[in-house]
Amino acid sequence: MTELRFTQSHEWISVEDGIATVGITRYAADQLGDVVFVELPAVGKIFAAGAEAGVVESVKAASEIYAPLAGEVTEVNESLGADPAAVNSDPEGKAWFFRVRLANPSSVAALMTKDQYTEFLKGL
Amino acid sequence: MRYLPLRPDDRKAMLARIGVASIDDLFRDVPEAARDAHFDLPRHASEMKVERTLSYLASHNAAAGSFPFFCGAGAYRHHVPATVDHLIQRSEFLTSYTPYQPEIAQGTLQALFEFQTQVALITGMEVANASMYDGSTATAEAVLMAHRITGRSRAVLSGNLHPHYAETVRTMGELAGEIVVAPASAGVPEGLERVIDDSTSCVVVQNPDVFGSLSDLSRLAEAAHAKGALLIAVVTEAVSLGLVESPGAMGADIVAGEGQSIGNALTFGGPYVGLFAAREKFLRQMPGRLAGQTVDADGRRGFVLTLSAREQHIRREKATSNICTNSGLCALAFSIHLALLGEKGLGQLARLNHATAVRLAERLSAVKDVELVTQAFFNEFTLKLPKPALDVADALADRGIIAGVRASRLYPHDSRLRNHLIVAATETNTDADIDAYASALAEVIA
Amino acid sequence: MMNVQGRPTTIEESEPVRQATISGDRGLDHEEKLIFEIGDVEVTGVDLPELDLSHDRLGGLARKQPIGLAGLSEPETVRHYVRLSQRNASIDASFYPLGSCTMKHNPRLNEKMARLPGFADIHPLQPQKTVQGAFAVIAELARWLKELTGMPAVAMTPKAGAHGELCGVLAIRAALRARGENRRCILVPESAHGTNPATAAACGFAVEAIKATSDGHVDLAALKDALGPHVAGLMLTNPNTCGLFERDIIAIAEAVHAAGAYFYCDGANFNAIVGRVKPGALGIDAMHINLHKTFSTPHGGGGPGAGPVVFSQRLAPYVPLPLFVEDEKGFRLIEDPQAAREAGAAPLGRMCAFHGQMGMFVRALAYMLSHGADGLRQAAEDAVLSANYVLASLKDVMTAPYEGPCMHEALFDDDFLKDTGVTTLDIAKRLIDEGFHPMTIYFPLVVHGAMLIEPTESESKETLDRFIAVMRELASEAKQRDSAAFKSAPVLAPRRRLDETLAARKPVLRWKPSAP
Repeated sequence: MTELRFTQSHEWISVEDGIATVGITRYAADQLGDVVFVELPAVGKIFAAGAEAGVVESVKAASEIYAPLAGEVTEVNESLGADPAAVNSDPEGKAWFFRVRLANPSSVAALMTKDQYTEFLKGL
Repeated sequence: MRYLPLRPDDRKAMLARIGVASIDDLFRDVPEAARDAHFDLPRHASEMKVERTLSYLASHNAAAGSFPFFCGAGAYRHHVPATVDHLIQRSEFLTSYTPYQPEIAQGTLQALFEFQTQVALITGMEVANASMYDGSTATAEAVLMAHRITGRSRAVLSGNLHPHYAETVRTMGELAGEIVVAPASAGVPEGLERVIDDSTSCVVVQNPDVFGSLSDLSRLAEAAHAKGALLIAVVTEAVSLGLVESPGAMGADIVAGEGQSIGNALTFGGPYVGLFAAREKFLRQMPGRLAGQTVDADGRRGFVLTLSAREQHIRREKATSNICTNSGLCALAFSIHLALLGEKGLGQLARLNHATAVRLAERLSAVKDVELVTQAFFNEFTLKLPKPALDVADALADRGIIAGVRASRLYPHDSRLRNHLIVAATETNTDADIDAYASALAEVIA
Repeated sequence: MMNVQGRPTTIEESEPVRQATISGDRGLDHEEKLIFEIGDVEVTGVDLPELDLSHDRLGGLARKQPIGLAGLSEPETVRHYVRLSQRNASIDASFYPLGSCTMKHNPRLNEKMARLPGFADIHPLQPQKTVQGAFAVIAELARWLKELTGMPAVAMTPKAGAHGELCGVLAIRAALRARGENRRCILVPESAHGTNPATAAACGFAVEAIKATSDGHVDLAALKDALGPHVAGLMLTNPNTCGLFERDIIAIAEAVHAAGAYFYCDGANFNAIVGRVKPGALGIDAMHINLHKTFSTPHGGGGPGAGPVVFSQRLAPYVPLPLFVEDEKGFRLIEDPQAAREAGAAPLGRMCAFHGQMGMFVRALAYMLSHGADGLRQAAEDAVLSANYVLASLKDVMTAPYEGPCMHEALFDDDFLKDTGVTTLDIAKRLIDEGFHPMTIYFPLVVHGAMLIEPTESESKETLDRFIAVMRELASEAKQRDSAAFKSAPVLAPRRRLDETLAARKPVLRWKPSAP
């Protein structure tokens, strides 16, 4: 079963069978403006929850991407190297950043649901 | 006061619009105790008076052009065509700012794009930035860049690197890791390769070096690469690139250099212009500003500052460097002079420098007991004298010859170098200069 | 999101507006290609002899490959660069109210003095007895800097403001080491210029941001909370980047010192108080001075600058090499770390090769001698007066986040543009068409869509009035919600808006010859 969750730093995380796919939300992509470069973590890297996992650069801004939950990086989205613009056109689909094998799959429940994230955005 | 356009009536009207009685009201947030400081400084002066004061001080300096002059060691006296200084004084180059509004800064941006191209071409590298403060800080930034790229923090500095550059690297780089400085040597020392290990991020070597010596860096490049380290080549005499094999061709990963020799006067050590070039794959780790090509809304080619997300105003504490300014006007002077020279002129200039230096070296080393220490060189070489270089240089100065830079000034505690004199010759040195030096040296040594 | 400036970068579709000419040039506005497209490798504009190096001592290291570097004749070079220059805005030609940059008049006397052969044609390593006049200039400039700031020591060698900040923070680090303390953190207000946290991080410190109060000042209570034995120092700009004088500064300095930390002051805004206030009396430990801001050395399209740093007594021992010494024999340098220690100093190292930006020292000294203490004071007062005049004249039609009065720069935000579809960027681009260089935009970050206006003391009231009239009209037009005229601006500059996204996604950073 796939679970979709969100963080306060505007990452989305889609979990299936203990593997989490992570990207940034439409809101974040719009705030950044045209994305020009994405710095992704190395495959095999192990993160604690909340650790800095990469950077998204736009023309006039740079923003850290955080690992929402602890785990090991199993895959990164190489296509973003040639096509960073995908982060603006399809941030919640095609432009996923990396995949993590979660250290503790049940920790997903602590993150915001889609409805909770939508509420959270209203408050900003 | 001639620089202040506001008139008393203007000030009155402005205060009225603001709604305060006096200018003091606008300083009311300043703590009372600090508000109206007294300064032990003179009152304003006319242009004529300022000129008189500063001309007097200038007259107490011996301009290099008034003697046979042979100092180098990181700053070189070259002839700069009148056009260069005239063009950089145009209002729109002199009094413009960093090109943050590109639509009205295409002059600066295109000139920087051309500069970046010229620097990449002469160093044999793939990409160059829009300049750094000078060669020494460029070298320090290159070391920090190598640390970022390799993820390591140990830098090895060759003993042939200018000691001021080594000290600058140490000051700026010691925060980021270990700096190993090899003892002073002309040329690349034998044992340097053995100092490179798996924790080394970079080897920094100067060519031509502080003693003037020329080396082939290829072997050192291979040794560094074999251990996963980068080779940083430092060039302090940019004219050498017109005749000597480029650092890029010899395997350098990053080139840090001093551009003063082209387009810029000696000016007692500053302002100068740092050259910085690297392999394209390291682009995102490069410090400094970058001018890039793009198009405008009408589809016409134009230029903008780009990849700014690396810089301090965006990345703040995660920036590649804290740098804000580059050395814009000095880079422009470099670029104009190089445009005037072109490949053909740069080659001619370089050959003339080398031929002059060779002639001088042969005349001086023909003097009894004077030994030429540097075998391969461009326009600078080192002599070993039979007496301390300080005494010889002083005696030559008394005879009106500024004979070079004594190694002991750069290495005050290295007793091996007490009798060594570093001598530079450029296209500005005449046959008469060479004759005068040779005969005076013979007298002084005898 | 960190560092989002809210600055749009895509170019929206709009009609081309220029009338075509046959040549593509328009009157005095010329299109100009690159040197490499005009020149040739066989051409040179310098007459040099053609030498055949039959006998060389290059050790076999002569170049094997050509460089590919085009050259031009002298007339072509002059035309190329004159045409490029005509595509630049400049202080000499336009009002240039860039907040934080202090775009004041650059006197040509300074240029003349810097070019005297006695200053321009001297080598940093020629015998010291032959350059006593140069040392006298440096000593005199140092005296003025110390007297104007009320500080006992100065480091002359940093090559730019950011370089000066690095020097100051390195001095703090050296002082802490000498005390045997390992404090890891530096406090920086949220409103700080990016060089401050970048410098702190470069020196190995963690950076903690201090919030501002609702009236734009450093929150003293928040600062006191943040201070502790782990804090090495505070980096503060005063007047701050919102253009306000930190009225609690003496209390701030006391709190910082009581906590055993050091107080670094970013001197970028010194123009507001020079000749009236001595920062030393406010309790600072170090302050860099941007000679290219307060003291008129020319901006040159992005440099060179100079950033000497004044030090308090407790940081004075750490001034970097070389040290400038004067005794009965005259002036001399101490360049050797050991000799410096024997003289009782503890230099933090060397900021750069040689002795600093002599060319900028001469220019700054000419400026100081011209103004004198009375002229500098008047300059600061006129700078503050002009900024307040602009603030008072625009705050009814634009939104100023802080009531005022301000110091030498006036800050506005984009609240007055809400729901108009017009952005701060659009206002800036319209100003270009109106013949002004825009103000600083999107800085400081603590305010949304910031517009920071620093007129300086070099502008006539007539210029200020013209600027105010244009800004009032633009504000009024924006509120009418017809943003089309804004989105297409500028239309009268040599280029329309440029695609910065393309430049960053597909970087082209040099010319390359096209394949045959």
